[in-house]
Amino acid sequence: MKNSEFPLIFEKSRRGRKAANLPECDVPYTSPEELIGAEHLRSRLPLPEVSELDVVRHFTHLSQRNYAIDLGLYPLGSCTMKYNPKVNEKAASIPGFASLHPLQPEETAQGALALMYDLQKMLAEISGFDATTLQPSAGAHGELCAMMMVKAYHASRGEAHRNVVVIPDAAHGTNPASAARCGFKVKGVISNSKGCTDLDSLQKALAGGNIAAFMLTNPNTVGLFESEIEKICEMVHEAGGLVYCDGANMNAMLGLTRPGDMGFDVMHFNLHKTFSTPHGGGGPGCGAVSVKACLEPFLPVPTIEKVTAKIGEEESEATYRFIQNRPQSIGRIHSFYGAFLIAVRAYTYIRSLGAKGIRGVGENAVLNANYVRARLADHYEVAYGNRTCMHEVVLSAAKLKQLHGVRALDISKRLMDYGYHPPTNYFPLIVPEALMIEPTETESKQTLDEFIEVMIKISQEAVETPDLLTTAPHVTLVSRLDETAAVKNLDLRYEPLFENNNPI
Amino acid sequence: MPPLTRSLQKKGVTKNVTYLSNTVEDRTEMLEAIGIASFDNLLEPIPENLRLKTLLNLPPALDESGLLRHLNKMAGRNVNLEACISFLGAGVYDHFRPAVVAALQGRGEFATSYTPYQPEMSQGMLQAIYEYQTLICTLTWMDLANASMYDAATGVAEAALMAIHILDRHDVVVTEAMHPHYRQVLKTYLDATGFNMVTVPLSGFASDTSSEFESLSTYINDRTACVLFQQPDFFGRVIDQKEYVEAAHRVGALAISCVDPISLGLLKPPGELDVDIVVGEGQSLGNPMGFGGPLLGFFACKKKFVRHFPGRIVGATVDESGNRGYTMTLRTREQDIRREKATSNICTNQALLALAATIYLCELGKAGMTQVSDLSLQKAHYAYRELTALEGVEAVFPQSPFFKEFALKLSKPVVEVNRELLKAGILGGLNLDTYYENNVNLANTTLFCVTETRTREDIDLLVSTLKKVLGNASV
Repeated sequence: MKNSEFPLIFEKSRRGRKAANLPECDVPYTSPEELIGAEHLRSRLPLPEVSELDVVRHFTHLSQRNYAIDLGLYPLGSCTMKYNPKVNEKAASIPGFASLHPLQPEETAQGALALMYDLQKMLAEISGFDATTLQPSAGAHGELCAMMMVKAYHASRGEAHRNVVVIPDAAHGTNPASAARCGFKVKGVISNSKGCTDLDSLQKALAGGNIAAFMLTNPNTVGLFESEIEKICEMVHEAGGLVYCDGANMNAMLGLTRPGDMGFDVMHFNLHKTFSTPHGGGGPGCGAVSVKACLEPFLPVPTIEKVTAKIGEEESEATYRFIQNRPQSIGRIHSFYGAFLIAVRAYTYIRSLGAKGIRGVGENAVLNANYVRARLADHYEVAYGNRTCMHEVVLSAAKLKQLHGVRALDISKRLMDYGYHPPTNYFPLIVPEALMIEPTETESKQTLDEFIEVMIKISQEAVETPDLLTTAPHVTLVSRLDETAAVKNLDLRYEPLFENNNPI
Repeated sequence: MPPLTRSLQKKGVTKNVTYLSNTVEDRTEMLEAIGIASFDNLLEPIPENLRLKTLLNLPPALDESGLLRHLNKMAGRNVNLEACISFLGAGVYDHFRPAVVAALQGRGEFATSYTPYQPEMSQGMLQAIYEYQTLICTLTWMDLANASMYDAATGVAEAALMAIHILDRHDVVVTEAMHPHYRQVLKTYLDATGFNMVTVPLSGFASDTSSEFESLSTYINDRTACVLFQQPDFFGRVIDQKEYVEAAHRVGALAISCVDPISLGLLKPPGELDVDIVVGEGQSLGNPMGFGGPLLGFFACKKKFVRHFPGRIVGATVDESGNRGYTMTLRTREQDIRREKATSNICTNQALLALAATIYLCELGKAGMTQVSDLSLQKAHYAYRELTALEGVEAVFPQSPFFKEFALKLSKPVVEVNRELLKAGILGGLNLDTYYENNVNLANTTLFCVTETRTREDIDLLVSTLKKVLGNASV
């Protein structure tokens, strides 16, 4: 069905139709007017009036109008669109996890506290840090939390004047935005001809003084490992700053190397990337943060403590409790303890893999990306030369644009005609006409071969029939949308519901 | 031919390769195509001394059935709310979740999709978010809404920062009757940027509830960027939002209301009271309690603030053939384009939870939302009447109208009472001593919550058990 003909749920509404089967009132009834006063009560509520079958069909149809990992390859660079195991979902739906209230007494939630405690330990081991908090609810929230800790750390040492955060030009946009949210000034560093941090530029930025931190993604957003990482950390530490690792690309390092060993002081994870929890169309996620011991006092509250006692020779069964009173903590950053049910999924994932499985993830993520690179290198320009990448490869369509007028966006849209979700495009900003491909470890060679063939075919189409690309996509529910009109004629809700004469 | 078990073992197929898809042959062919002899060649960019030489120290891998056994055992150490009678609220609520919500929300086509950057392939999720925005606007009667806040607490903080930036004023005024955790998160966010938080102390214990508003005006001045309040407030009281809105507007500040969406089945929407920004916790709209996360912060405001709005927003537009379609819009406010000048650092939306809320609100519809709201009101008042009739129980705010929560003062320590209730399978109210330590009015008080999921039988059991507990000197 064409999109125009596909109705909104509001357009299906008919007065008097009902869905939910709710209980009768089994206590004596008093009118709301009497209980809370007529002046506090509303007079209209134009919610949809539909049957349950209408609801089921509407949202089932909507689901079929959406692309997902469960349907096919999703090579979005920097997003780690790996398979989301179904057992994770089953784990998160166990009533002993899903139906817990955050304020029930600790002694009635020992299993939940134990799971969070153990997951924190496992993340610290995987990354080489000393302590972890699961509270940040997204990568950007993790960055913010970390920057708050950096600020508190410097203040505790009488160095509150440190107000500069240095960030490479290739960084995710959230890095400067998070630093700015903590009142830091952002200073840029350029990348060198190899696509890595330019040490001279870094030196210059650091020489300006008042350095609070350097934020770096490793492997960086070009998909390359920062080989001089130890030197970088040393330089920042010498300038009195801390080094922050944006863990968006942690998948490349699993079981192979650890940010904590490289000299980083703090990092955030994206459990929804590296640890296979579903992206859910953009959330919810979990941006757990791990730190070295020097930052531990500043972790958000509450933290979790494990208590064991000796009974004779034997250790008692461990009990767990929340610690609220931590004088140096940055404070609370979430209503309760973060995205617990996301933590359950990540815990389930790590427990299903074990140490060997974790290393297998890192290896196959790197192998798959390099395979795509090697097979496409003759057909597309690989950014910064055709060198070994980590978990993703960045291609550039700059030449195709120059010679045939075909842009990265056109290639992306043409991929849709072949049934694939496009790679990330126009990021990192330092690569013109960027196409960033992250296949992830869960895809097979067979799937990658099919994708590679399509990419090669599109590179030929770009030369022979460029119009096919510039007018793509051709087979999707909608063609390219008028983004300018979307901004100019803002339509952010279904207006007829709010018109004066609307039945109430 | 050898038995199948032996040939599988020989090929290494039985080795743990959880969730990986490449076979041994695949890997060999791929290394060849790359032009290297061994996988280790791919690790050359990592300095030798940084490469892990041993396996990580992690617990052993579990097969799927063993894993579920292990998880069920851990979950079994928790008392879950399906196996007891709970009267806990305070931000996360045990409202009923119709079966259709989980069945539809859990579909892989929704759950395993990414942020809809490519609208041509994401019309399903984009339309659902557009419908969600419309539904939140319907509930709150505001002009626009989004699905981008992590929870109500961060929604409160983002709203305050938005007001600070719009007005270039540095003080935030918040009532002490706002959820203590939300105020703590707000403080964390404001501390990081050096803005001030001014707390209006709690009042209304006596019969005269207007005293709180009188003191309010002494805290507000021309440095005030916004006034934050909660409806119903942390104690379940239905407040007169108009007073707060007028006080804020008198000094040119913004009025920010944090609302319980379930209450909006009955209560006057903030949009009809000239509130500028509305935030709230959407968990109770079809999402599990999940030990307090993930949660769904909703955020709505007046149209004139659209360019200051934090987070992602979806708009309707047309494609090249004039077809209706949906896309993320007003992107130039956002971090990936504006970087350090963005309106916020937020880059997620809580789409999957917003989807659950959308399905929930459609399933309940006009009649259902009103009914759930009214049922919660009725049952809470029944419980209140029965409990306050007991000896040793006293209402803390006897003059204030309330919705589904109410505070009671007990003649015995709440911790001990709750321990006895738990023995009868009841999770008692929230012990308020830890939240308002220095307030004598709130010593030995507990906050009860009653939703539509509690039956009269549940409430009667609470009353009879509490009667025994309070009457028994040995507790």
